[in-house]
Amino acid sequence: MKLTVSGKSVYCYTGGRANQPGRPTLVLIHGAGHDHSVWTLQSRYFATHGWNVLVPDLPGHGQSEGPQRESIGELADWVGLLLEAAGIGPTLLAGHSMGSLVALETAARFPTRVSLLALIGSVAPMPVAAPLLEATLANRDKAHAMINQWSYAPGSQLGSSSIPGMNLTAINERLMQRQALGVLHRDMSACNAYAGGFEAAAKVRCPTLLLSAAQDRMTSPKAITPLAEAFGQETPLRKLVIPAAGHAMMAEAPGAVLEGLWNFAGAFASSLQERP
Amino acid sequence: MPIHRNAGADTLALHAGQTPDPVHRSRATPIHFTTSYVFESGDHAAALFNQERAGHVYSRISNPTNAVLEERIAALDGGVGAIACASGQAALTLAITTLMGSGGHIVASRSLYGGSHNLLGYTLPRFGIETTFVPAGDADAWRAAIRPNTRLLFGESIGNPGLEVLDIPTLAQIARDARLPLMVDATLVTPILQCPIDLGANIVMHSATKYLGGHGVAIGGLLVDGGNFDWEASEGRFPTLTEPYEGFHGMDFAEESPIAAFLLRARREGLRDFGACLSPMNAFQILQGMETLGLRMERHVANARALVEHLVKHPFVESVSWPELDTHPDKALAASLLPRGCGGVFSFSLKGGRKAGSTFIEGLRLFSHLANVGDAKSLAIHPASTTHFRMSAESLLAAGITEGTVRLSTGLETATDLIEDLDRGLYAAQKACA
Repeated sequence: MKLTVSGKSVYCYTGGRANQPGRPTLVLIHGAGHDHSVWTLQSRYFATHGWNVLVPDLPGHGQSEGPQRESIGELADWVGLLLEAAGIGPTLLAGHSMGSLVALETAARFPTRVSLLALIGSVAPMPVAAPLLEATLANRDKAHAMINQWSYAPGSQLGSSSIPGMNLTAINERLMQRQALGVLHRDMSACNAYAGGFEAAAKVRCPTLLLSAAQDRMTSPKAITPLAEAFGQETPLRKLVIPAAGHAMMAEAPGAVLEGLWNFAGAFASSLQERP
Repeated sequence: MPIHRNAGADTLALHAGQTPDPVHRSRATPIHFTTSYVFESGDHAAALFNQERAGHVYSRISNPTNAVLEERIAALDGGVGAIACASGQAALTLAITTLMGSGGHIVASRSLYGGSHNLLGYTLPRFGIETTFVPAGDADAWRAAIRPNTRLLFGESIGNPGLEVLDIPTLAQIARDARLPLMVDATLVTPILQCPIDLGANIVMHSATKYLGGHGVAIGGLLVDGGNFDWEASEGRFPTLTEPYEGFHGMDFAEESPIAAFLLRARREGLRDFGACLSPMNAFQILQGMETLGLRMERHVANARALVEHLVKHPFVESVSWPELDTHPDKALAASLLPRGCGGVFSFSLKGGRKAGSTFIEGLRLFSHLANVGDAKSLAIHPASTTHFRMSAESLLAAGITEGTVRLSTGLETATDLIEDLDRGLYAAQKACA
């Protein structure tokens, strides 16, 4: 469906079903150079199991109009406006990679709009290796190849896809190719520049899930400790590490990511009972 | 823009799509001889049916052995995925019926495999889909043949019977200008010699029966999606991909996957409803063949070059059609688009016409006389006495062949043995026509 945020058209995938009043909403924020389609195998299940689903193409990505937001803070403000425009109630806000930083910052800035928070493939800070950042500007194809090499577990590099007949790394490359020139560089620069992770985590009070993949070389599960420790003692924090997947875990292990989100939502169902 | 490969072609041909299974640790790809798959629960079943979860339901729609083959060819061809079909013809039919219905129109090369020509020229018109055939190398004719209801451009990497080399980059540009997809039948080249998606094509089909299997024991087809066509930007030309489909949960396939919408629809509708799926046994056999694809294609090309070199010098040979020869009109194109060789199929014409052709075939001992190509064993056929039996000399000329034309599919035997066999056939033909 299309929404309007700040006068610009925003495309939102809803998991194949129309959203209905009175349901909790799963909001999923994609990562750098991506669009809503990275979440297909998580969102459809929620949409048929009593949830509304809202998966936007971030501004300047996919089918959403620009301008692209150039910092995590600006993106968080934009998500806040999106949640308001959508008029949704209790919300599980989840983000992947860059999207996880956006979700974290959104939860800190708009605490009344986020009931549950899930950070997938996340670390903070999220420095981007200089050769990659440079490649996103100077040689996009090289950047895409580097991202694929680092984003998929060794078993996924040569296939054996969880989705029958699909070449996952090629899909990811085509998806990144489809974004306008400069989008990936601005996204990566936003990740690289973001320094507010610990401060944002300290402000978050809602139950939070830190979901990692054991073979993630972009945001290693070992590297999540400083961010985990930045959350306050009063924040219910869950950690989950998915085996045999890398940074592209929604594609590599779609069922495990879905179950992680679903079980987390179930464990904290009381947080979704009323509008926060 | 070509997709970056995770490994070289020989490595992908051996490994892509398969890791040893975690339960039994089988190194070879297991043959999953099962029609169906046990659901974990009612909820799991519903989720699989609604594509909320990935997995297998019924082997007509997907099968783990077939999935390895699909991923392998996609990895080799630089595609985002693939679908295994019962035959090359099934793959072609699946592609067309996924893209269009009655009222659709195709612009196709005139130089097509006979089975494809039959489907496009005779069978599909019964279902309201028309085709305009154009000379493979005439870019203006391709452009001029496009109509408002055109939905696909289609040709073969190397055409039949004249071995015309398809100018894929030029046709891809024509297709892009018209916001239409270009599909290429790459059966005679395989990803070892050419990857049409890297050259700008959007969809590739293979008759896996030929070089991919190589052993001549299994019929199969493969359809590969380049993921490089923007269906949503096509101004409503492809409603099968950009509008909700009531036959599958109201799914809008391009919304679900902007990259792989074509494959989603092809699997969820065409494979499901028309049912031309590949047997997992055939998938296994084709996979076995693909493990040595790189080695075999090198030998096919080397042997073909040796035979061509011998035949062009033979006094009873009128002409040889082979894109690597100076006499072939597409020599420069072949050097550019097929730098590793033009495969193992070529044709030559004998002096002495129809009688010479049939006598030549009967004089062969090593070459098998049959209607197939791409086998490990060398094959020969004389069109004027078999596939084109009813055609007059004039009609044969219009189709690009003569009464004395022989088509060879060069196999992997020792080249000197093949040359000796050709000389045997040539001697018999020459004697009969003396």
